[in-house]
Amino acid sequence: MNNYSVKNVLKKNTMIIVMFIVYIFFAVMTHGNIFYASQFTALITQNAYVFVLGTGMLMCMLTGGNIDLSVGSFVCFIGAIAGVFSVLKNVNTPLSLLIVLGVGILYGVLLGYLIAYLNIPPWIATLAGYLAFRGAGTEILTKVSTTSAISDFPEPLLKMFSGRVFETSSGVLNIPCLAVGVAAIVLVVVNNYRSRNAKFKKGYETEPMGYVHAKSILEAGIIGLLTFKFAMDGGIPVVLIWVVAIMLIYNFICEKTVIGRHFMTVGGNAETARLSGINNKVVMFVAYLNMSILTVIASLMVTARFKAANSFAGQNFEMDAISACIVGGVSAYGGSGTVFGMAIGAALIGIINLGMSLMGIDQNWQKVVKGGVLLAAVVFDIWTKKNSGKK
Amino acid sequence: MGSKVSGFLKKYMMLIALVAVVIFFNFATGGKALYPQNITNLIAQNAYVFVLATGMLLCILTGGNIDLAVGSVVCFAGGVGAIMMDKNIPWPVAVVTMLVMGLLIGMWQGFWIAFVKVPPFIATLAGMLAFRGLSNVVMGGFAYSVTDTTYLNVFGGGADCYIPDFLAGVGPATSLNKFCLVTGIVFAIAIVVYTIFNRSYLRKHDYKLQPLFTEILKTVIICAAIVWLFYKLSCYKGIPTAFIWIGFILGIFAYITTKTTLGRNLYAVGGNEKATRLSGINTKMVMFKAYTLMGLLAGFAGVLNTARFVGAQPTYGTGYEMDAIAACFIGGASAYGGTGSIGGVIIGALMMGVINQGMDIMGTSSNYKLIVKGLVLMFAVFFDVIMKVRRKGGAKA
Amino acid sequence: MAKVLLEMKNITKTFPGVKALDNVNLKVEEGTIHALVGENGAGKSTLMNVLSGVYPFGTYEGDIVYNGNVCQFHNIKDSEKEGIVIIHQELALIPYMTIGENMFLGNERGKKFCIDWNKTYSEADKYLKIVGLSDSSKTLIKDIGTGKQQLVEIAKALAKNAKLLILDEPTSSLNETDSKALLDLMLEFKKQGMTMIIISHKLNEVSYVADHITIVRDGSTIETLDCKEDDISEDRIIKGMVNRDMTDRFPKRHDVEIGDTQLEVKDWTVYHPEFTERKVVDGVSMNVKKGEVVGIYGLMGAGRTELAMSIFGRSYGIGISGTLKLGGKEVILKSPKQAIEHHLAYVTEDRKGNGLVLTNSIKHNTSLANLKGLSKNLVIDKDKEYAVAADYASKLKTKTPSVEQLVGNLSGGNQQKVLLAKWMFADPDVLILDEPTRGIDVGAKYEIYCIINDLVAAGKSVIMISSELPEVIGMSDRIYIMNEAKIVGEIKASEATQENIMSFIVKSGKED
Repeated sequence: MNNYSVKNVLKKNTMIIVMFIVYIFFAVMTHGNIFYASQFTALITQNAYVFVLGTGMLMCMLTGGNIDLSVGSFVCFIGAIAGVFSVLKNVNTPLSLLIVLGVGILYGVLLGYLIAYLNIPPWIATLAGYLAFRGAGTEILTKVSTTSAISDFPEPLLKMFSGRVFETSSGVLNIPCLAVGVAAIVLVVVNNYRSRNAKFKKGYETEPMGYVHAKSILEAGIIGLLTFKFAMDGGIPVVLIWVVAIMLIYNFICEKTVIGRHFMTVGGNAETARLSGINNKVVMFVAYLNMSILTVIASLMVTARFKAANSFAGQNFEMDAISACIVGGVSAYGGSGTVFGMAIGAALIGIINLGMSLMGIDQNWQKVVKGGVLLAAVVFDIWTKKNSGKK
Repeated sequence: MGSKVSGFLKKYMMLIALVAVVIFFNFATGGKALYPQNITNLIAQNAYVFVLATGMLLCILTGGNIDLAVGSVVCFAGGVGAIMMDKNIPWPVAVVTMLVMGLLIGMWQGFWIAFVKVPPFIATLAGMLAFRGLSNVVMGGFAYSVTDTTYLNVFGGGADCYIPDFLAGVGPATSLNKFCLVTGIVFAIAIVVYTIFNRSYLRKHDYKLQPLFTEILKTVIICAAIVWLFYKLSCYKGIPTAFIWIGFILGIFAYITTKTTLGRNLYAVGGNEKATRLSGINTKMVMFKAYTLMGLLAGFAGVLNTARFVGAQPTYGTGYEMDAIAACFIGGASAYGGTGSIGGVIIGALMMGVINQGMDIMGTSSNYKLIVKGLVLMFAVFFDVIMKVRRKGGAKA
Repeated sequence: MAKVLLEMKNITKTFPGVKALDNVNLKVEEGTIHALVGENGAGKSTLMNVLSGVYPFGTYEGDIVYNGNVCQFHNIKDSEKEGIVIIHQELALIPYMTIGENMFLGNERGKKFCIDWNKTYSEADKYLKIVGLSDSSKTLIKDIGTGKQQLVEIAKALAKNAKLLILDEPTSSLNETDSKALLDLMLEFKKQGMTMIIISHKLNEVSYVADHITIVRDGSTIETLDCKEDDISEDRIIKGMVNRDMTDRFPKRHDVEIGDTQLEVKDWTVYHPEFTERKVVDGVSMNVKKGEVVGIYGLMGAGRTELAMSIFGRSYGIGISGTLKLGGKEVILKSPKQAIEHHLAYVTEDRKGNGLVLTNSIKHNTSLANLKGLSKNLVIDKDKEYAVAADYASKLKTKTPSVEQLVGNLSGGNQQKVLLAKWMFADPDVLILDEPTRGIDVGAKYEIYCIINDLVAAGKSVIMISSELPEVIGMSDRIYIMNEAKIVGEIKASEATQENIMSFIVKSGKED
């Protein structure tokens, strides 16, 4: 039993390896186009919402494979609300943000109440939301505009959710970006060695030193590459900050806090959780409230990216978020899954989409491939669990 | 006894609600909702809801499982059929192809769900994406129109998709479609005759009888409804062919769910999977069959839909799964499986149809329709849950 | 000698890692009632599952000879065709279907494509009459009690033309009256020539109905006794079942001083959450003192678990009334969380369903009920968590390579230890142990008993719920006897015998 044999390390990180293979595949197929700095930015800006919604979906799925089908429609609805207030009614940006956040919380409370306290199956409650918010969002937008879209969002709002930090023109090395990158590398590497040392001192099982070296080099390399690419393309995209912040926060919640443990337990065995003093209803309630709040953030990101609120915004977003979770190894039955895994899933799907677009494969085949990837991921998950005899 | 009263209420609540909704729209539209033409359209336009909801019921019965891919399958099958007819392949071949495609897709999804144990919503979510994409691929983003009038007439599309008035020359001259009217009356008489025969059969074998009064009342109401419906249809152009197909499908599946072992097994799997397995039933096979039949019905809905829209487009069928699911729940199917009926599906589908059409006539925008549909779905499930206070896992005695 | 209807020869069945049955032989004569007795996990149910085709031919070794022919059953249907019908301990009924629908599930009347419902219901009524049920066959299963449901199961078996009827713990969830009725029904069937196998752990019932008794231990048949000729006293049978004399089954308690009353309930009444008129606990008053082990004995369905769970933060039942005192002060506990905060612990009988998260590690399961004790501002101290889990694992002698091991991969006894560790770490004053030794082997049982002794030695109070009489007598200081939702007796362990405890239950049954 060596947890750190090459074989086991590879096994543990299957999805990361798959991601690299897929990436290399597209690098070859697109003759290196996917390697351009601008494509790195595109990968992040186009898929930022998947990371955010995927995080929310992860929290729902942890509680027992529950999902939220209404996120796509709600993205559209929130976009419309934001447009109405900040553009048409000229409400200032902070107040507009408070309003949409308020709407998000309101919906989250309602949804959480229906699901947690009235025992309505989640996919039905959210299916109703899926229908109703698509209708409501479209209705608002068609009422107020002939093009069923609201544009001309105020600059401060756009800047909060799109563009770049300390933007420089493309091709010029962006210094702040580099600085942040270097800081991140130092932090990650130092943390790797420190945590290993701490474990060693307390006499716990530790990774071999070679593993820590390899891990640090690899992580530093990836961060370095990303930093360089972003620096060459005008700087760090604002949404990247949001995504990284959300990932870090939720990773912390899931891995290190009592709340995270409660989520895992409710999904692992609801009855055990209840008898261990956990209030399952509160956990379910929080999962859906949290989902709605993250949906608001995702909606603002999407609105800012298109610089407009559209009636078709958010279509199939629920599918993207669910796929990211499933591909990232989150159990479809609940109880297991990590933020990091979900992020890998989201990145993998993003790379596939981007790669196929660059290869000129049309949208429709992309859908077919998405469906196939989703199914393959679940089947893979079920089979590996069966073989390891854990299920 | 308390459960009996609530059972009665649950059984007829939605019927009462349906009548209330019809009355509401009749007033709101100044009587237009019950115009013969609108009643005809109600049936023709919502044929797909009836067919898909029937299939969805089978899946839901097995434990609240659903099929999210049906909308895409309808589009895919319909698209392939339309292309074939566009290439002058005879329509019967096209229809069979569409059905076989539906069947194969159903088997494909059923395989993953039943035998590999992929959660249904994920397997069918994958199908929803993939088949929508494939429809676009095969149609290349274009719309195909169908010109074969036989096909259109048979499956409820175009201007002449009605059963012709075979009795036009018989009897007094009138604008009514006499064949249609006579069919309705014959139907009503048949029901009365059947009821009488059944009662005497039951009495002869010493089986339990319903109280006479209840039975008479029930028969009278059903007969009156049938005659009224056929009268309305005869005032317009007669019986729409789609109506025949709906009746055919509903009839077959009402039979399957109530009278066959497969039907029993569907209910049993949803009611208590382990108990069913211990009764010697292959529960995986039951699950597989449910999704296979769902696929077949989705293929058939594709046939009807292509006729109804006189062609196919890559966007057709969007949101159909929601209509079908909503119809099932409004019709009293349990979100946990094990209960539900074809009768309920009819009520649920009619409810969705009436709301769709009533709002159309009132000139409400399609966006409001979505909102109302969402709320109706919510209400139906809410009602189901409240009536049943059935907690998952249940407490042990 | 009567004709042998069934002979199972050298049956061996292995599950991954475990030999569940090892060369088992069983002979059943026609027209007799044959009892299979053995401890939980001895292999009785596995043997019957082999016989009935639940484990198909080819997954085991050995022969089944039935009616003179060697049989190969590939599924349940095959064995039912031969008239072998099994009634599982966990009833195989579907709550939202009628009695009639359930009775003919998988055995429908009429043709495959045309079920004859009139025939179904009239035949169902006929079979219901045979088993003595007066309910209409159109009643939903959920609307009748467990006793009646058991009878429906038997009627269902009769409808399959059963020649050999296997009943797996048929009385486990029945009260005394219903049990007696069921056993008499079995004797009635025997008169009509039916052959039956009954699996039971209730030796008084076994000796009441059985003609032969086969003892199963650790996957092997030990011996078959003839009730007419052999000594079938309980001691004799128990000795066969556990292979040791009863004297050394329980570790000696160290001298523990029994202190003040730690927990006390008065007039505790609880109603069933679904059948809201049914009392599951009826006016119960009881107490436990510091350093004391109090046993609660009763048959399954007597209301013991319901009593325990309703005390533990009202985690079961509705309409709960009565007073609960902890350490002399009256408290109202509205949720398990509050119960834990008041230093109460409930160690469930159903460790897989209610006690553990099988897909989580030992570490995570151990810390679950007391994450507060490991965290600061909601952030968990993972080092401390690891240390605590490792500490309990070594103290309780949990056999595992590391505390990172998933609980689902452990044996029953080790899972029980993890469950105990979880609740010991929650720092309780009073522990309610519900069937703490169910489904674990004899060695592990002994270790659990030692843990219980250590707990009271440390000044804790223990309430031990059990349906094994020797265990209750051997481990408790004081015993409450529960029957049909009520406490029907209280006795000091030093004065208790199996006979006088059972007599409390029999007496209370007669009073009704």
